[in-house]
Amino acid sequence: MSIARVKASSLTQGLPKQKTMLAGNSTILPGSYESIQTITVGAGGAASVEFTSIPQTYSHLQIRLIARTNRSVSADNVALTFNGDTLGTTNYGYHLIAGDGATASAGAGSNFSWILGANVPGASSTASVFGAGVIDILDYTNTNKNRTTRSLTGFDANGSGNIRFYSGLYRSTTAVTSIKLWAEATFLHTQYSTFALYGIR
Amino acid sequence: MPQTYTPIASTTVSGTGTATVTFNSISGSYTDLIVVVASAATATSTNNYMYMTFNNDTATNYSTTQLYGDGTAAGSIRWTSRANINLEYKSYPSTTQQQHIIQVQNYSNSTTYKTALCRSGTASLGTDATVGLWRSTAAITRLDITSSFSNFADGSVLTVYAIKAA
Repeated sequence: MSIARVKASSLTQGLPKQKTMLAGNSTILPGSYESIQTITVGAGGAASVEFTSIPQTYSHLQIRLIARTNRSVSADNVALTFNGDTLGTTNYGYHLIAGDGATASAGAGSNFSWILGANVPGASSTASVFGAGVIDILDYTNTNKNRTTRSLTGFDANGSGNIRFYSGLYRSTTAVTSIKLWAEATFLHTQYSTFALYGIR
Repeated sequence: MPQTYTPIASTTVSGTGTATVTFNSISGSYTDLIVVVASAATATSTNNYMYMTFNNDTATNYSTTQLYGDGTAAGSIRWTSRANINLEYKSYPSTTQQQHIIQVQNYSNSTTYKTALCRSGTASLGTDATVGLWRSTAAITRLDITSSFSNFADGSVLTVYAIKAA
C-alpha cells in the first residue's frame, strides 16, 4: 500500500500547468486562484447571501458551496442572480442534466428570473446532509458578451439525492459586480451553509 | 492576497503498482480538497472500479448517486449503505487511461456529513458525474483511493490540492 504523508511542500516541478481551475479542470498555477470572500450562514438561517463589490481584476469567478434549506422537501434549489437583477425580471435561462439514482433526465428554462446554481437537500432530507456545488462564472467582466455559468452540484442522502450539471445564461453585457444566491420562495439557507467566492486570473 | 490553491501531496505509482493510495495526516487548516487522479489498472477486468474512503472508515457509512453516459445511453444509478464511495460507473480495462477530479468541500468541519463531487472519464468507455456521502461529521484527516480488482498501474498519478477560503 502506498502511503503519502500530506504536508505543505513545493510540488510545482513536474505538475501539469494549466491556467484555469474551472469545475472539472485539474490544476492551477499558484497565485492565479484567489479567495475573495466567504459567507457562512449563522443560526436563524438566511434567505440569501450576496457577494458585493466584486473586484474586476480577474478573468473568471468560481463559487464553491455547501448548503441546505429549511423547506419541507427532500431536494431544493439554490438560485443565482447578478447585479441586483433579481426576481421579477426575465433575463435568465438555464439547462440541466440530472441523475436521481434511477433515471437520467434533462430540463431547461427560458426567460426566467434566476439561474439554477445548485441542488441541495431540504428539511425533509436526512439531517446533517448538505449539498455541494461548484459554480463557474466565465469572463464576468467582459462587456461584449452575455454571462455564462456552469455548475456541478448535488447531494446524496443514502437512498435519495441528485447529481446535476447546470448551464446558465444571464442576458446582460454588464460586468458582474455582485452575485446573490437565494433559497427559493420564502425559505432559508440553513445554518452552516457556506458560500465561498474565488477569482481566477 | 494569500496563496489559495495549494498542492499538498502527490503520489506516482511505480513498479508492479499498488491497490490503494493513502493520503494521511491531512491538515485541517484548509477549506476544500481536490483530488486529481490520472490512472490505469494493471489487469483487465469487468470489476475494475475505483473507490474512496475517509479516515480509514470501512463500515457501511457511504452512499453514491451517479449520472453516466456510455456512448449509447445516459443513465443514473445509486449505491446505499456501502463501505466506500464508488467513483465511476463503468469498469475500466487495464490499458485505458482514466481521469477523476474529486471535490470535497468543507472537509475539515466537524458539523456536517461530508459530500464529495466527482467528474470522471475513461476514453472509449464513458463519462460519469458522481456525488458521494460519508455519514460522519468528523473532520477528514485521511483519504484512501482504491483500485478494486487490480492495482493502479505504473505511472498512475494521484495528487491532492487544498483550497483555503478567506
